[in-house]
Formats: sequence, structure tokens, C-alpha cells
Amino acid sequence: MTRDEVFEKVQEVLVDALGVDDDEVTPEASLTADLGAESIDFLDIVFKLEQAFGFKIAQGELFPENVAQDPTYVQDGRITPVGIAALKERLPHVDFTSFEQDPELGRIGEIFTVDTLVRFVERKLESAST
Amino acid sequence: MRWLWIDRIVELTPRERLVAVKHVSLSEDHMHEHFAADDEAGLAALPVMPAPLIIEGMAQSSGILVGHAGGFDEKVILAKIGRVELDADASPGDTLRYTANLTHLDDAGAATTGEVELLSPAPGTEPMTIGRIDLMFSHIDRNSAGLAFPEHNFVFGEGFRTLLRLSGVQVDF
Repeated sequence: MTRDEVFEKVQEVLVDALGVDDDEVTPEASLTADLGAESIDFLDIVFKLEQAFGFKIAQGELFPENVAQDPTYVQDGRITPVGIAALKERLPHVDFTSFEQDPELGRIGEIFTVDTLVRFVERKLESAST
Repeated sequence: MRWLWIDRIVELTPRERLVAVKHVSLSEDHMHEHFAADDEAGLAALPVMPAPLIIEGMAQSSGILVGHAGGFDEKVILAKIGRVELDADASPGDTLRYTANLTHLDDAGAATTGEVELLSPAPGTEPMTIGRIDLMFSHIDRNSAGLAFPEHNFVFGEGFRTLLRLSGVQVDF
């Protein structure tokens, strides 16, 4: 499956899950800030990606879990360097470059863009075929 | 027992499908306000089942299907209404039949699709599909934020247990 084909299917998933228009789903659009996703939408997106691409996504594999409860990961409302390192390992499909400049916990949702999902799907399809 | 919007479960295929019925009655309080007569506008009363309660009926049907799949250990909470299409009103004397299908189930929650049918008591009338309702449920003890909730299962209380028992569904919770 080409990157364009993956993008088109991810776009369909997001249009269905978030009630947004096709043209709003650009590669750089943030799921929360631009497309209005709320926490439960992340579960919906996981279900719909599984259905669209025919693979299983384990809990915490695509989106992080229980980050805020771990004091080694979060201090004074900001994600610590240890936390960012752990997240990078758990979420290799996420680009943390911009987030690292101001790692405020409240901005964590912004790291998930449409492109993040496309990269995640590509990695899953790749690992399934090897 | 007041907030139960289905009267009986008529079919349950575990982890797959649940069918329930709701008989619409003029004795229900809300029917007198929905919609009351408006003398000034010259409108007669029009008692019809409110759409949000039809959604609630489907949510209860689907929620029981999801809860049953996990032995009623999980606290199953309606988390998202993905789609609602309702094409016709249900009036006193009608029966609504909800068919809920489980399309997705994992540790975090579940997704369902549903069909609403209207069964008129008039002789010779066929059931008519009047709606489609797709829902998502969360198993809230497994929420991604790690929030804690009371230990006892406050979702599936006495009312639901009675409904299940009267419908002949074997439960042990």
C-alpha cells in the first residue's frame, strides 16, 4: 500500500470519527487542536483504524497512557526528559521535535497529527509483512 | 427501575447481538409534555417518544450486550454517539425493537451498531426500520488517564439485574 493510499484511508477514518471535512484532514493537522478530537475519540480512531487496515492495536501502542500519573514522567505540569525519552521509545511513530521545546503536559495531545497516524499505520503494515 | 428504557430482552447471542423491545405507552409522564397541546397556536397534543430516550433505549440494549461479554465485571459507560438517524416517530401503542450488534470489543471499550424498528399494533402491518444508532462504550476502570472510580459496579445495578432475570438471561453478578 502506498503512502497516498494509507493517507486516504486514514482521512476516511478521521472524517467518520470526528465529523470533519476531507479538506480539513491535512498531513500536518493536529488531531486535538485542529480537528477537535477529545479523549474518547482516540479510542474510536483506534477501533476504526483496526477495521480499516485489518490489524490489532494494543492499548497504549498508538496513544500514550497513564503518563500524567507517573511522577518520574511529569513534574510541575511538564514532562521530564526521562518522560520524553520513555515516550519516544514507546511511540516511535511520533515526532517530538516541536513538543520538546515546551514540554507542557497540556500540549501532549498536539503531538498527534494526521501524519503521525499515517506513519503509525505504515510501520504496522511493514512489520506485518516482514 | 424508572430509568429503564427497554421492557424486555428477546434475544441475546453473546458477544454478537442483542434484541430488546420497548412498548410505548400514553401513561408515561413525558408523553404528556412531548408534545403538549398549544392552544394559542391552535396545535393539538402530539404524544411521541422523545428521540433522546430512543437513543437511551439503544444505549441500554447495546450496553447490556457489551457488559454481558465481560461477565458484567466492567463498568460500561456510553462514551460516544457516533451516528443517529431516526426517520419516524413512535406513538403510544407502538413497539420499538432495538437490535444491537457488537462490532468491536477490547480491554478499553467497545463499539456497536444498531437498528431501530417500529412495530405497529395495527393488523397486517409489517415491522418498519426507522433508525440506525452507532455507539461507543468505555470500560471506565481502564481509562487512559488512570482515573479511579468506586469499586462496586454502579452501572449494572438492581434494575438491570431484574430486567435480565425477567428476560430469562442467566447472570451471576
